[in-house]
Amino acid sequence: MENTFAPATGVLSNIWLLVAIPLASAAILLLLGKRADKWGHWLGVASVAASFVLGLIFFFSLAGLDASRRSAELSLWDFIAVGDLTVDFGLLFDPLAGVFVLLITGVGSLIHLYAVGYMEHDPGRRRFFAYFNLFVSAMLLLVLGNNYVMLYFGWEGVGLASYLLISFWYTKPSAATAGKKAFLMNRVGDAGLAIGIFLMFTELGSTQYDDVFNGVDSLAAGTILIMGILLLLGACGKSGQFPLQAWLPDAMEGPTPVSALIHAATMVTAGVYLIARSNPIFSANTTLQLVVVSIGALTLLMGCLIGAAKDDIKRVLAWSTVSQIGYMFLGVGLGGGAYALAIIHLLAHGFFKANMFLGAGSVMHGMHDQVDIRRFGGLWKHMRITYFTFATGWLAIIGIPPLSGFFSKEPIIAAAFEREVVWEAWVFGMAALIGAGLTAFYMTRLFVLTFHGPARWTEDNQHPHESPAIMTIPLILLAVGSVGAGYLMSTSVPDWLNPVFGQESGEAAHGVLSHLVITILSLLVTVLGAGLAWALFRRGTALEPQPAGVLVTAARRNLYTDAFNEAVFERPGIYLTRALVFLDNKGIDGVVNGIAAAIGGGSGRLRRLQTGFVRSYALSMLTGAMLVVGAFLAIQLGWLA
Amino acid sequence: MEPLKLPPIDYGALLPMLILFGAACLGILLEVILPRRARNAAQLGLALLAVVAALVAVILERGTRTVTIGGAVAVDGPTLFLQGAILVLGGVSLLLIGERTIERGGAFVSQAAVTVGSQKDVQQAGGQPGATEVYPLTSFALGGMLLFVSANDLLTMFVALEVFSLPLYLLCALARRRRLLSQEAALKYFLLGSYASAFFLFGVAFIYGFSGGIQLDVVHEAVANPQRSSVLLYAGLGLLTIGLLFKAALAPFHVWTPDVYQGAPTPVTAFMAACTKVAAFGALLRVLYVAFEGVRWDFQPILGVIAVLTMFVGAVLAVTQTDLKRLLAYSSIANAGYLLVGVLALNEEGLSSTMFYLVAYGFSVLAAFAVISLVRDADGEATHLSRWAGIGRKSPLLAGVFTFILLAFAGIPVTSGFMSKFAVFGAAIEGGQTWLVIFGVITSMLLAFPYLRVVVLMWLSEPGETTPAVSIPGYLTSAVLGLGVLVTLALGVAPDPLLELTRDAAQFVR
Repeated sequence: MENTFAPATGVLSNIWLLVAIPLASAAILLLLGKRADKWGHWLGVASVAASFVLGLIFFFSLAGLDASRRSAELSLWDFIAVGDLTVDFGLLFDPLAGVFVLLITGVGSLIHLYAVGYMEHDPGRRRFFAYFNLFVSAMLLLVLGNNYVMLYFGWEGVGLASYLLISFWYTKPSAATAGKKAFLMNRVGDAGLAIGIFLMFTELGSTQYDDVFNGVDSLAAGTILIMGILLLLGACGKSGQFPLQAWLPDAMEGPTPVSALIHAATMVTAGVYLIARSNPIFSANTTLQLVVVSIGALTLLMGCLIGAAKDDIKRVLAWSTVSQIGYMFLGVGLGGGAYALAIIHLLAHGFFKANMFLGAGSVMHGMHDQVDIRRFGGLWKHMRITYFTFATGWLAIIGIPPLSGFFSKEPIIAAAFEREVVWEAWVFGMAALIGAGLTAFYMTRLFVLTFHGPARWTEDNQHPHESPAIMTIPLILLAVGSVGAGYLMSTSVPDWLNPVFGQESGEAAHGVLSHLVITILSLLVTVLGAGLAWALFRRGTALEPQPAGVLVTAARRNLYTDAFNEAVFERPGIYLTRALVFLDNKGIDGVVNGIAAAIGGGSGRLRRLQTGFVRSYALSMLTGAMLVVGAFLAIQLGWLA
Repeated sequence: MEPLKLPPIDYGALLPMLILFGAACLGILLEVILPRRARNAAQLGLALLAVVAALVAVILERGTRTVTIGGAVAVDGPTLFLQGAILVLGGVSLLLIGERTIERGGAFVSQAAVTVGSQKDVQQAGGQPGATEVYPLTSFALGGMLLFVSANDLLTMFVALEVFSLPLYLLCALARRRRLLSQEAALKYFLLGSYASAFFLFGVAFIYGFSGGIQLDVVHEAVANPQRSSVLLYAGLGLLTIGLLFKAALAPFHVWTPDVYQGAPTPVTAFMAACTKVAAFGALLRVLYVAFEGVRWDFQPILGVIAVLTMFVGAVLAVTQTDLKRLLAYSSIANAGYLLVGVLALNEEGLSSTMFYLVAYGFSVLAAFAVISLVRDADGEATHLSRWAGIGRKSPLLAGVFTFILLAFAGIPVTSGFMSKFAVFGAAIEGGQTWLVIFGVITSMLLAFPYLRVVVLMWLSEPGETTPAVSIPGYLTSAVLGLGVLVTLALGVAPDPLLELTRDAAQFVR
């Protein structure tokens, strides 16, 4: 497939405004400082809302274009031009970027609105909104860039905003540590992405999307594999996929709106975007696809298992995010028509996960920042709106028809069963299916323990109350999205994304199981999982974690992945650092100091030649003159020749 | 007897020099006519006006490529570019020389010969306005420099050398503070300068003996088809270059530099560091490229050794300096070494990158000395390094500017220092002089140490009791600082326009 992008014309030549408006707002909020404290948050909300409105306008003008030229590429200026390397500062608004823009600015606007209420009593609210705007701007740059370098800029920008916001309450040691952890783990991934981009440049001479995609065919299979693995490493880091998943749950130390927008709905899906955007690279190598699928399947199961053992409401949701992104990786790894399915799941997930995170925030708001679900219970009476909106999110994520999760997740499970190699079809299909059952189990556990059963509140004088309207209205809107978006998208999005991923092959693939059987099976495991959880936790649970079997203990400890990281990376790292510091102090510094001392000493000696007497200066000049003239004459007489 | 035929004279091409010499003569008249109070403003105005007029004349002549006045003066791309550079840098130096608000009466003494410690001396130190003869002297020097870079025969070159050297000797002796040090420096400069001039003149005699002419194109011809013993040629070339190497402060003919830079009034030091360098290297480029290109294989290794020696002497000795002006003097010596690397590339790139380097370095060094003129105590400038400890805490802006300039000297990217070193080293590699580049890089690393030591001292040390106050710069010094920083940054970020200009200019006429 030839990849060319049509130049931006008409309204679409203003797409740069999408990035510029939130960026300008962030700059204003940071520069004005305290003077903007009174109204800064409204500026923050307004800038994202403005981007959303613009996004809608651009989206519909894009839809108005002929399907074959449905893209708008805008070159703003030559960003870097050194030797053979030219990097365009250019934007690309195509169907894929379009849906991301709507998700980021749409869900973003709602969460910004919510945050106005949530952060009301925080003295740093203006700073919060500045970082939040910065994030939106960087995220839009990430999805709108027309080459990998622009994507990388956005990538680092969202990373920066993410660290700033995770450690927003930097006086809390756990928040500061979590920010550091996120930073370090992302560095590993980012290094991979950066090397991948370098490789692209050396192999293909360009980082523009169209050049790279058109050049993929000319590359050796091994090169594609390495390039893909490097991009995948970046994707895993940003999206919290195995083996770089550990930072994401810790990132919940940030304020809840941050968890909702950055660590659930948008930034963590950047990895999925990267793979979907690079689909010509990933589709070109089946080994690469197998790696992506394996990571997706492994991570989705891991996320489910750990999520089922956690008691912190936000961490359960975080592990569920890890697991749901696993589904998306599974989708983009399967390739072909499943790219669109992954994007649909990503969009649907953006709605219902943001909905649940904000719901969790609302619960915490009413419960004095309590996060332990063992200490909730019976809240449905006290916060009706939060209860109902959370219920839509819960039903959506476990995939009850006709809510969005059913339309987005079930096709991915079906697609996994359609893999051509039979053992792969069974392994990945069953993983996805079991994952669906586990998801139903742990999400129901979360839901029941929080809202139903006996009240297990531990703090005195606790009066759970509903949150103010400014927080509940976004919840209601997101709930509407969680209910309705799935069906709408499953019917329209695949066609819409055709220009990006290419036409789906006409005949439906025949998997090891028929589509109907898979639908019935997945509904069955969902109901089983949910029913089991309901039966177990209907009457509440103990206030403290109870001794449990091997699997639960392992899951409580994040399946020992943190211990693994500590043993394999941290300790050797510490020893290596100590050894290097020793070497540096004794060896390198010794040599350097030795040289420095030698030069200093030499300098001190030489200095004595500078006596201050004209006679000695003249003598030195005379000596120099004799040497110079002597050398010339020596050459002339052939002594040196 | 044949009637004497006057050679045709292209007055347009000579106009910049005529303007400056005319303004200098006029300035001396003004000294007599004007009352003492009005002199400073009038003289400064006249000198600046002359510089601007000369610059306009240079710009108007930009397309001229000619040899005029009987082969004595060549006006071509390098001449015009270097003349323009000298005028711009000279104009900026004039701003420093004209500064009168930092110290009452200015940096110059009114009567240099008063007995130290006498009644008159005390009176004079109390803020008597400084000598205004400095402006005509500067104009003469500038005019001489313009002639020096355009001289097309060796005698004209010698005359130009003396015309710009003599006013400099005088200017060096005029410091208001530490007057004896200043006079000693001037005397040393004068003695050694005369000594070097003698070498130059002796060299000219040998060359005349060899080629039967003193015009550069005649010498070029003779080098290509030697008629007489080449002993004359090599002895002449050696002695001639020594005269030029002295002015350019290349080792081992650099010995005067630290003493003179330290003793001279700071504005004059800045003027010498910026403009004399341009003039000296301009003449060196012309002599080597136009007259002696034919024996390049012979002088390249010898001058290469001198370049390496210079870079090492400058870098190594800068390490132990405790006086900022001396430190900058050694840095200027090392930079002369880098410039010689560019010269020795002996190709068009070498010519253009050397010219670029001269402009970039000139602006940075002017800003550096402007900063030094601001840090003072009751006894004048506090140039001892220990006095600068913790100055970043007291005046972050000034320390920031100085840090930026020092980073430029150290060749950190995003400054002109990086671009200019990059350009000359690139040219030298193209010209097959990779060994010089290797030594250049090594000494750059060495040289970064003294610069960074000053930076560390300014920012990371606690200010002591004796940390001097920083004067509020007047308009003139502020302008110099602003220009210096701006150009240093601009040439580091967007060097292309100036590089284009130097490339267009990089062609000598013969």
